[in-house]
Amino acid sequence: MEAARDDGAAAARGPAALSGELSDARLVAQCRSGDEQAWRALVERFSRYVYAISVQAFRLPAQDAEDVFQEVFARVYERLETLREDEAVRPWIGQLTRRLCIDRLRAGSRETVEDTDELPETAADDVLSQVEEAFDVHDAMAALPENCREILDRFFARDESYRTIGDALGLPAGTIASRISRCLEKLRDVFEGRNQPPGASSEQVT
Amino acid sequence: MSAYDIERLSRLIGMLPPAPAAWVGAAQELPQARRELDGIVARAEADAEFRQALIADLEGALQAEGVEPTWPLLDELRRRVS
Repeated sequence: MEAARDDGAAAARGPAALSGELSDARLVAQCRSGDEQAWRALVERFSRYVYAISVQAFRLPAQDAEDVFQEVFARVYERLETLREDEAVRPWIGQLTRRLCIDRLRAGSRETVEDTDELPETAADDVLSQVEEAFDVHDAMAALPENCREILDRFFARDESYRTIGDALGLPAGTIASRISRCLEKLRDVFEGRNQPPGASSEQVT
Repeated sequence: MSAYDIERLSRLIGMLPPAPAAWVGAAQELPQARRELDGIVARAEADAEFRQALIADLEGALQAEGVEPTWPLLDELRRRVS
């Protein structure tokens, strides 16, 4: 699922806006034309995805996960020209990440295990499919008002407390729980397609 | 699409925490790092002494040029100067 995006307006803003608002295909096209801001946005858009595949699905230790992370983006940067369909960038990055994780596990196992039949070959499929679903949910969050995105991300993805969120956003900590609840309902509506995405990112949830 | 309850959505949001900022920053700086790398390689081709020092300490050379020495960059630099 890809949230509604305004390519023209986003192009004039920074990497965060570009990441949230340009379509995958448009972002790839801009990267290919040498737009470094678009490259930064592309990294921002897919960084969590690559990180989650390597750490959550393949359970790579931090050093290996970092090497895979850098290798994935280095290869994407080098080979963007070879991508046949710009909108296929996400499955391409996903496949590249999985392959590099497997290579890393095999290399590590060769150093410690002689019996190569026991090598870990793949990540848990259910975790990989949850990571894909999670990416869709984060993509849908782009259609929420900015304060909703911020609150949901800080609470669920960054594990911040009500107090920390309240301090950061200038909101009373006592109102955070109810805001989270309302934002989740909005997200569910967007995600299930029951309502039109709010579109106007300036809409605030109080 | 199946119905998404609030708990499931919460769990899915939590499945994608941010990658460490330094990792993201290094990847975002790739275009600039590549340019720096090209400069280092060109200098190594023109200056044998610099090339020797470079081969002896690739990581230090990248850091001296202000480039975060990630594994892919070190690997590429190693290939290009050896």
